[in-house]
Amino acid sequence: MSGASITAEPPPKAAPPEPGGASTSRYVTGALFLVPAAVLLGVWLVYPTIYTIVRSFFGQSGYLGTWVGIDNYRALFTTSTLVTAIKNSAIWVAVVPAFVTAFGLLFAVLTERIRWAVAFKTVVFLPMAISAFATGVTWRIMYQQNPDQGAINALGRTVSDAVSSPGVLSNALPSTSALQSKGGGLLLKTPLHPGGVALLGLTGIAPEDVPQGARQAAKPSGKSGAIEGVVWKDFKPGGGKAGVVEQGEVGLPGVTVELHDSSGKVVQSTKTDADGGFAFTDVGAGTYNAGIGASTFAKPFGGYSWLGPDLITPALLIAYIWIWAGFAMVVIAAGLSAMPREVLEAARTDGASEWQVFRRVTVPLLAPVLSVVFITMIINVLKVFDIVIALAPESVRSNASVLALAMWTSAFEGGGNFGVGSAIAVFLFLLVIPVLALNIRRFRREA
Amino acid sequence: MREIRSRKRAVRLAALAGVVAVLVAVAAGCGGGGGGNNNSTSTGSSVSGSIKFWGIWAATEQKAFQKVIDGFHQQYPNVTVTYSSKGNDIPTVLSTAIAGGNPPDMADVAQPGLVKQLVQQGKLKPINYAQSTIAANFSPAWEDLGKVNGKLYALLFKASNKSTLWYNVNVLKQAGVQPPKTWSQMVSDAKTIKASGTPAYSLCGANGWTLTDIFENLYLRRWGSAKYNQLSEHKIKWTDPSVTKSLQDMAQVLGDTGNIYGGTSGALQTDYPTCVDYAFATPPKAAFNFQGDFVSLEILQATKSKAQKDFNVVPFPAIKPGPNAKAVETGGDLIVTFRDSPAIEAFMKYLASPQAATIWAKLGGFGTGNKHVPASVYPDPITKTTEAPLAGATSVAFDMSDNQPASFGATTGQGEWGIFQKFLQHPTDISGIQQQLESAASKAYKSGK
Repeated sequence: MSGASITAEPPPKAAPPEPGGASTSRYVTGALFLVPAAVLLGVWLVYPTIYTIVRSFFGQSGYLGTWVGIDNYRALFTTSTLVTAIKNSAIWVAVVPAFVTAFGLLFAVLTERIRWAVAFKTVVFLPMAISAFATGVTWRIMYQQNPDQGAINALGRTVSDAVSSPGVLSNALPSTSALQSKGGGLLLKTPLHPGGVALLGLTGIAPEDVPQGARQAAKPSGKSGAIEGVVWKDFKPGGGKAGVVEQGEVGLPGVTVELHDSSGKVVQSTKTDADGGFAFTDVGAGTYNAGIGASTFAKPFGGYSWLGPDLITPALLIAYIWIWAGFAMVVIAAGLSAMPREVLEAARTDGASEWQVFRRVTVPLLAPVLSVVFITMIINVLKVFDIVIALAPESVRSNASVLALAMWTSAFEGGGNFGVGSAIAVFLFLLVIPVLALNIRRFRREA
Repeated sequence: MREIRSRKRAVRLAALAGVVAVLVAVAAGCGGGGGGNNNSTSTGSSVSGSIKFWGIWAATEQKAFQKVIDGFHQQYPNVTVTYSSKGNDIPTVLSTAIAGGNPPDMADVAQPGLVKQLVQQGKLKPINYAQSTIAANFSPAWEDLGKVNGKLYALLFKASNKSTLWYNVNVLKQAGVQPPKTWSQMVSDAKTIKASGTPAYSLCGANGWTLTDIFENLYLRRWGSAKYNQLSEHKIKWTDPSVTKSLQDMAQVLGDTGNIYGGTSGALQTDYPTCVDYAFATPPKAAFNFQGDFVSLEILQATKSKAQKDFNVVPFPAIKPGPNAKAVETGGDLIVTFRDSPAIEAFMKYLASPQAATIWAKLGGFGTGNKHVPASVYPDPITKTTEAPLAGATSVAFDMSDNQPASFGATTGQGEWGIFQKFLQHPTDISGIQQQLESAASKAYKSGK
């Protein structure tokens, strides 16, 4: 069956009208015209389909390999990575078509009423002009957990900083075990009496995080009737001695220090000087504890782990809906503009509210268009592949896997298991068939 | 195999040039094979013939190898060696040429697995004639890397060192610690570094192979190459106590989550070479980076760090004293022969000699296990630190994935790579990780390679 030689044949000369043989020659002509398409379909669609179905019952490698029966299909539902892929594909089908259609409808209806409709539509449609792979790479950068790198978490940080600002020493750690954490802050366990000195040493502070104007720390000598102390960076190259103020260790200015009485109540509060020193004066007799307030250690917003195993699928869904909402909008807007205006006007004249018009008139009239979008999206989503591979980091690829990706991974990456790969392909094919059938039925009805 | 990726771009262009060169070589007459005088041991002028050599090296590397060839010409003026670069496509190009019945005389390949495959197909010639030269210049461990089923088929001419630890000079100075010599010293230094305000480790957890590389170094340096090879061939189970011990070593780093830049979840999203960039960024984000010798170029290109002043390298910290403390995980280019002739024999022996290795070593980007190449020939201190330990290593091994079925040892997010990423997430669950590794391994080895 040499396709090339057949397709290369010159088209048959138009047969002169012959009485009698007319219908036969018409069939021959028709058949000849169909041959190229038939060959293309046969080589690139029919043969691979049949081969894949047959191949799915055979083992790992080779043109056919060894017969394994339905083992590959069993693997499909027992291998944990493949089960994850099936689950994820189900989530995709459940979420994406509905959201894309809903957003498309929303945008289409709303753009009818605004002035810069064309500009708005262009912007929403723009993602369609970008390849899914590029979209994946872009969103992957936007989803970075570090708010310094990912745009989405940077937004989160702006909001969270506005609500509660991070502390001056958010990463600091106590240098000795005498300092224990309490309610987000630190409390010195050693009891203090008037005239005592509190040493509040901190480590884990990067040089660039030391507050400006910090000077060499000095250990106060103690003053009767007062509790003095120092908050300092208890670290010098090599580590230094923990809990001892040494030459080369700087004080930490601007730290909120609190004095607790024996019942744990905060009786005084002050801020440290440039050398980290602080003093509580007029302290009555009794036992006290000094500590550093929680606000000093308030962590800045660290960002959500969008690309982590838990959020990766929602992250992918958002990016994918972003791409396709524009497509849905354009198709639905076209349907909307073809809609008979009189019906809408009539409804309004009869006193229907805008919501009722939308619910009872617009949507039912748009139903055929909406179903086109919905069905197209189901098919699109079942075969989704590129955005997953571009967006999901390798460490979560098995968490983000979908059927098409699992097919590729099984067949071509690593193991090269063509048997399982084919089984996934067949499974995918079976899932698409009902949708196709629906689509074909709709075409017939419309014709 | 990792360094190959970074080579790839340069190689593409050069591959084109290579194709042209081959066409010329073919046109010039592919009689090849040599003939000529049988007296291969005496001085060079009595040997004549021509050698068709296909290799992976392109651009700078091709020029360097040409210098090596030139050195050979001085000894053997009557032998012509024609080198042509096939770039990274060499496995495909070779198998096509073999299928077509016209392989080159010699070739260099970066995949030990391919050498094994070619031997099994009966395509390679043993190089026993070079055995005495290799034994005189290399320790037995290096000689073994060229053996398949006990027979000598290949010479690891250009070796890389994956047993290195890169560190940020300024962070260590700030923390007041010395570059670590032992693993336990590194772990305790890491605490001091954390107290100084910078996390100690930068990990590329998004790429599983960077994690398995750390494990492989730990395992090799604790247990030696014999056990290492048994594990990679699955003759030792992954539930073995030796694996437990090495995973515990590894957990000292992975479990120190507050000391990993970005924490566990940040590290899992950091891919190679981003973690390298983090460790050498200004201001620095971490102190240590576990990578092989291949990252120095990345550091120089992607960051403002200067060699020695800002970044430096030490051998991978020793796990325990003894001969394995200097064990090296290596990769590199193996030279194999498809034919026998006096000219080929002479060239193979020459390549095993210190003269040949020295020529390239002086030009940089080259390491060798040849013990008669002095450390002084390496052009800069960084290269000297990374490559000189090769010659002194008495225990060497290839990456484990070279011996493993790809579905276990080299698949993104699955098998060993994926399970080590889980280990990064759950560094305390050592026995669970071992169970997962064992079940994935036994499945992969059962279904064949």
